[in-house]
Amino acid sequence: MSTAMIFQQLAGGMLKSISIFCWTLLFSLPLGFLIAFGRMSKVKIFGRFRIIRGITKLYIDIMRGTPLMLQLMVVFYGPFFLWGADIGGFRYPAIIIAFSINYAAYFAEIYRSGIESMPKGQYEAAEVLGYTKAQTFIHIILPQVIKRVLPAVTNEMVTLVKDTSLAFSLAYMEMFTIAKQIAAKETTFVPFAVAAVFYFIFNWIVSTGMTKVEEKLNYYR
Amino acid sequence: MEILRMKHIKKSFDGLEVLKDISISVEEGEVLAIIGPSGSGKSTIMRCAVMLETIDGGEIEYIGGKAAWTDAAGKVQYADHAALKEIRRDYGMVFQNFQLFPHYSVLKNVMDAPLRVQKRERSEVEKEARALLEKMGLADKADAYPYQLSGGQQQRVSIARALAMNPKILFFDEPTSALDPELTGDILRVIKNLAAEHMTMVIVTHEMNFAKNVADKIIFMEHGVILSEGTPEEVFDESNARLQEFLGRYEAD
Ligand SMILES: Nc1ncnc2c1ncn2[C@@H]1O[C@H](COP(=O)(O)OP(=O)(O)OP(=O)(O)O)[C@@H](O)[C@H]1O
Ligand SMILES: [Mg+2]
Repeated sequence: MSTAMIFQQLAGGMLKSISIFCWTLLFSLPLGFLIAFGRMSKVKIFGRFRIIRGITKLYIDIMRGTPLMLQLMVVFYGPFFLWGADIGGFRYPAIIIAFSINYAAYFAEIYRSGIESMPKGQYEAAEVLGYTKAQTFIHIILPQVIKRVLPAVTNEMVTLVKDTSLAFSLAYMEMFTIAKQIAAKETTFVPFAVAAVFYFIFNWIVSTGMTKVEEKLNYYR
Repeated sequence: MEILRMKHIKKSFDGLEVLKDISISVEEGEVLAIIGPSGSGKSTIMRCAVMLETIDGGEIEYIGGKAAWTDAAGKVQYADHAALKEIRRDYGMVFQNFQLFPHYSVLKNVMDAPLRVQKRERSEVEKEARALLEKMGLADKADAYPYQLSGGQQQRVSIARALAMNPKILFFDEPTSALDPELTGDILRVIKNLAAEHMTMVIVTHEMNFAKNVADKIIFMEHGVILSEGTPEEVFDESNARLQEFLGRYEAD
C-alpha cells in the first residue's frame, strides 16, 4: 500500500476523530456549568443534607476516578447487559455520550474553581446597584470567570484531542483505529507516523485558536 | 425630612454580638461620619443599612418605605422582594476597594446599572454619565478600563457609578483607606464637593480631620455601641475621655 493510499484511508478516520472532538465539546462545555451549579448548590433536605451537592460530587468523583475507556464500555454495552437492548447502531452515540459526561465532570471542576475565585465584592457591588441575581451572574460574573478558566479549558481540550483515540476500544473507525489496522496488515510504521503528525497538527490548531481567544479577552485585567 | 432611620439594630456573627442596639437617623442633606476603633462594627452597621447583611433585631426604614422590622414575637421581618427592590433605589454605596467591573470600560461601569437596572433611555444615561465623569475629572478616561487607572481614579469612577443611579443617600465605607496617602486628598475633595451640593451621605472614615470638617454629625462607636454622638464640636470635646484616648492612640499610629 502506498503512502498516498494509507493517507487516503486515514483521512476518513481523521474526520471522525474531529467530529468526536467537536460534539464532545458542544455537549460537555455547557453540561459542565450545570454540574458546577449542582456542585455549589445549597439546597438541603431534612434541613441538613445538601442533596444536590452530594450527588454531583459523587458523579464528578466517579467520572474522574475511573478510566475513560471503562466508561466507554459501560455506556456502550450497558444497555445490552441491563435490558438486552439492540446496541448495533449505538456505537457512535455511545462514544459521544461517554466523552461528554466524562469531560463535563472536568469542566465542572474548572468552572467551579473559577466561580469561587471571584471576589465577593463583585457580587455585593452589583447587589447594591440593584442587579438581579441572574443579571449579576450573566453580565458581571460569567465574563470574568470565562477569562479566568480559559487556560485550564484549553488544557482539557488538548487532552481531548488525544483522548479521541480511546474510541478504538469500541472498535470505532476513527483515525487511530484505522492506523492500527493498516499497521498490522501491512506491517508498516507509516500509519503511526501519519497519526502522530495528525494529532500534533490538530492540537497545534486547537491551542493556537485558544491563544487567539485569550488574547481577545486581554483587553482588561 | 429623614432619609434613613435605623432603630435598635442588633447583629451577631456566630455568637459574637457585633452590634448591640444601634440607632441612627440621617436627615436629608446631612453628612454623617462614623468613627471608632477597628472591629467596633462600623462596616457592619453600614452593610446592614444597604442590606448586604441581615439584622437580628431592630428596624430599618428608608424614605421610600420600611425595609425591615421586628415583629411582636421578636422575629425580624424584611419587606417583600418588590418593596426591597424599590427601597434599593434610595441608596448607593462606595466600597473601600472600589469594586469596579474590570471587564467594562469606565463609561460602561457608570452606564450599565442605569440602563440594565433602571431601564432608562440610553442617550440620556450617556449624557448624564459623561457629565458625572467630567465632574470627577475623568472625562478623558471614559474609554479606559479600570486596570489602566490609579486607585484614586478608580474610586472616583465608583463614586460616579453610584451617583449615576441618582440615590437619595450615599454610603462610603473607608473610601480612602485603600489609596496611597497622596491620593486620598482627591477623594476627600470630591466628597466635600458633594456635601456642598447637599448630597446626603454616611461616611465611615479614619480621617479625623476630614470627619470634623465635612460632617454635620459624628457617631463614635466602640464594641457595637454608640459611645458619643453629636456635632463635631460636641463629639471632639476635650472632656470626652474615651474619645480622647482613641484619638491619642490613633495619632500615635
Ligand atoms: N461576616 C462576618 N463573619 C464573622 N465575623 C464578622 C463578619 N463581619 C464582621 N465580623 C466581625 O465583626 C466585628 C466588627 O467588624 P466590622 O467590620 O464591622 O468592624 P469595623 O468597625 O468596620 O472595623 P475596621 O475599622 O477594621 O474596618 C469584628 O470583630 C469582625 O471580626
Ligand atoms: Mg470596616
